[in-house]
Amino acid sequence: MGNTQKLKRIIATDCGSTTTKSILIEYVDGEYRQTVRGEAPTTVEKPLNDVTRGVVNAVTELEELARLKYNDDSIKFIKDEAIWLTEKEGEGVDAYVSTSSAGGGLQMMVTGVVAKMTGESAERAALGAGAIVMDLIASNDKRANYEKIERIRQLRPDMILMAGGVDGGTTKHVAELAELVGAADPKPRLGSSYKLPVIYAGNTSAQDIIKETLGNKTDLIITENLRPTLDRENLGPARDKIHDLFMEHVMAQAPGYNKLMGWTKGPIDGKLVNIPIMPTPAAVGNIMQTIAKINDIEVLGVDIGGATTDVFSVFTEHKVFNRTVSANLGMSYSISNVLATAGLQNILRWVPFDIDESELLNMIKNKMIRPTTIPQKLEELILEQAIAKEALRYAFIQHKEFAAGLKGGQKKREIADAFAQTASGASIVNLMTLDLLVGSGGVMSHAPRRNQSVMMLIDSFLPEGITRLAVDSIFMMPQLGVLAEISEKAATEVFEKDCLIYLGSCVAPVGAMKQGKIALHAKIKLPNGKTFEENIPFGEVRLLPCGVGEVAKATLKPGRGLNIGEGKGQEMDCDLHGGVVGIVLDTRGRQPFNLPVEAAKRVPLLKKWMKEFKVYPEERE
Amino acid sequence: MAQAYSPGLTVTKSIVLKKDRILPLKGKVLVKKGDKVKAEDIVAETLLPGKVLPFNLSNKLGVTADLIGQYLKVKAGDKIKKGQVMAVTNGFLGFFKTSVKSPIDGEIESISKITGQMLLREPRIPIQVKAFIDGIVVDVIKEEGVVIENKSAYIQGIFGLSGERSGEIKMLADSPDEVIKPDKIDDSCKDKVIVCGALVSYDVIKKAQKVGVSGIISGGIDDQDLKKLLGYNIGVAITGHENIGLTIVVTEGFGIIKMANNTFSLLKSFEGHKASIHGITQIRAGVMRPEIIIPIEFKEDELKAEEPKMATLEIGTTIRVIRQPNFGLIGKVTGLPEKLTKVESETMVRILEAELETGEKVTIPRANVEVIED
Repeated sequence: MGNTQKLKRIIATDCGSTTTKSILIEYVDGEYRQTVRGEAPTTVEKPLNDVTRGVVNAVTELEELARLKYNDDSIKFIKDEAIWLTEKEGEGVDAYVSTSSAGGGLQMMVTGVVAKMTGESAERAALGAGAIVMDLIASNDKRANYEKIERIRQLRPDMILMAGGVDGGTTKHVAELAELVGAADPKPRLGSSYKLPVIYAGNTSAQDIIKETLGNKTDLIITENLRPTLDRENLGPARDKIHDLFMEHVMAQAPGYNKLMGWTKGPIDGKLVNIPIMPTPAAVGNIMQTIAKINDIEVLGVDIGGATTDVFSVFTEHKVFNRTVSANLGMSYSISNVLATAGLQNILRWVPFDIDESELLNMIKNKMIRPTTIPQKLEELILEQAIAKEALRYAFIQHKEFAAGLKGGQKKREIADAFAQTASGASIVNLMTLDLLVGSGGVMSHAPRRNQSVMMLIDSFLPEGITRLAVDSIFMMPQLGVLAEISEKAATEVFEKDCLIYLGSCVAPVGAMKQGKIALHAKIKLPNGKTFEENIPFGEVRLLPCGVGEVAKATLKPGRGLNIGEGKGQEMDCDLHGGVVGIVLDTRGRQPFNLPVEAAKRVPLLKKWMKEFKVYPEERE
Repeated sequence: MAQAYSPGLTVTKSIVLKKDRILPLKGKVLVKKGDKVKAEDIVAETLLPGKVLPFNLSNKLGVTADLIGQYLKVKAGDKIKKGQVMAVTNGFLGFFKTSVKSPIDGEIESISKITGQMLLREPRIPIQVKAFIDGIVVDVIKEEGVVIENKSAYIQGIFGLSGERSGEIKMLADSPDEVIKPDKIDDSCKDKVIVCGALVSYDVIKKAQKVGVSGIISGGIDDQDLKKLLGYNIGVAITGHENIGLTIVVTEGFGIIKMANNTFSLLKSFEGHKASIHGITQIRAGVMRPEIIIPIEFKEDELKAEEPKMATLEIGTTIRVIRQPNFGLIGKVTGLPEKLTKVESETMVRILEAELETGEKVTIPRANVEVIED
């Protein structure tokens, strides 16, 4: 870690596909705060073809806003058309860091022998490094070899990660995969003047064979096996290689990045050194792991964008990090695919009014082709939020399946395990033990009412027991993730104080019972001095006031057969944290959560819940 | 190649256009700088590597992978003919030999003594790039392609299907809000680019396919018709590869939407002229929109591309509403309040005030309009 005393002013940028976002972090009154933010269009494409132009524009906006804020015209962040890094007090900035997903991010193809074993480990390594996995080619993926070759050739990834075989195991399958890759002779996506980087992280006994097959055709890098034995993953070395190659090959090909790489610097151990540009999702993973470790909590985060939905999680006492990208679930570019995936009925089940089907289908397509438009009519907002709930739900299903223990390994079973019946490969996502659920992305952060973000998070993720809810207001997590590389203190302080907007807490008993039976007895001493006490029937929602930084003391007793964390029917005393929305008591049931199919039953329920959640203006309810 | 998206789709009667015509792999450029080319002319060509066929030799021979070497009659890099013997076993006392023949004409890519697998490569596939627009070759990118320039009437669509085609423009709709019936299409529409009004229905597309229409330009298209036509739902907005025998360019959006007056009248004024069109659409960073390009007469010294201008929003600017309510209507900006304003959905947005063509005065989020250049 750097000498944080010296860091007074830091600029961090995130170069996205369309927008370059800049933030200024300052050391004020003994703590780090994010003080000003700016943005400008990303300039990685024609006609400007130079990412640094957008960076300079976004930082110039920061400079102007900082001058206004402090009424000081001498503030200067840009000098000679570049970010001004200086160690002199009061001038320029002390550090500049950046992430990037411009130009489509890092696009990879991975290979493994068995799709569900080494293939999945390779996918986990690539996703964890911030890549989009375009395809997983495995020996057992049921495609004929010629089909695999065609696929590899069509994809044109930025790089390939090859895994397969445990150390000392058979080399034949890995050799065959290498032959397929060699036969396809894939070309890199950006530029045809260099060889495609291929990372081999499979069976160490096959290294010579791989060198022979691919050494001349590709830019081959060999690293440690990412699945040395069936019951152990070793993803670190492969991830590091991916990051090195991302910088050396992919970024270096993108217009202006060579210049930008020279700008990103910060002090480490008193010396100003280069801080590598991180792929945006890798930086988000970095900050989430840091937060989970420091606070010893389990975290689940989602970023729903126009094209993709990323889900990040840190679960178990070992703080295992997982990231998934649902490449075709998003709110504009891929909105039509949400419809195709979820089906019209699943979207409409969240809508409390009738709508002409063909009108809705055309509306969705029009949003797809004009992605920057915003819902002016309330009905359109409700529809967009209904679509968001389904996109989030499906992205989470994919994440739960992926964030699992290793498949294929022998597990030592104790007597207790035999009763628990946890199979190898079971999901490690446990909503009951989850502490914090964070949402971000346009539809979540720009919802006109924060109550809408709460409802979207609860309806799609169905948190269990007691869970804190938050949104990342301006999606600052990427910048904080890369900032953590030079100052964990600065990154975590800003994360707590400026990045997250706490919405409140959700209390949800797990289990189901007949409508109207008592699902939760809640006695809650609220910060305003009042005490809330109610026997809440099954199938209801309550919203209690409890502001940001406030804590309510609660005694909660779930109904017979239901569980809020201490076991079925077990009472618990706990603190409930507030937020801009408050505390939600949700007795609509979990595992299962059922919505009636018939509109005549469902619509009145939706209206009742929406009213209690205060999500939409009264006249709608 | 399609043009990058700019806010507000371009509709203009005269623009200097530059088109990059680039091969997917390095190859040969067939024209030189200064050449005049027609849309159909081939300007560059290359040979794509042929398909690779994996061939499990050790299985065919019935021997283990490490032994195949001694039976081989060919080596990596050899050209082969279909039916040519590639390997023969010794058999027993000269009898019972197993011989393995090549299933294809092509080349031996590799032979692996670890997996026992041969990779055979089919002959190379020629790929040609056409000029797509009538114009002049203004630049040659060595071994990669050319840049062609011309002066054209030019319209960007919002969404399209299928790739590059050309044909004479034929107006089928009498007004921009007409919804035409299939019986308007007859044999005179063959190889033409037909202009419909507010909608192109499934039945109209089917008839157009039957007659051999080259392209369809329409204000709107219905989502369900599109699904019926393609047999699948378009999940992500990447189009241009559809194999439907004609190209469709939609200028306004999904549903019945009147074609913008200036688009319709521009097309009408060029009835009978040749147009190059494509439906390639990609909506994300590096946005591509469908294009209608109608080359016009020009002198070489007129080929000076203007700096791309960003359309500005001012009082008096003509705008089109691109989302409900009032979707598709044209209006003039009457006010541009600076402050964020709450709209019906309670979203706080920058708005503008406008008078629509219907005479109605409205406020609209600025994100929900596009500027139309007069």
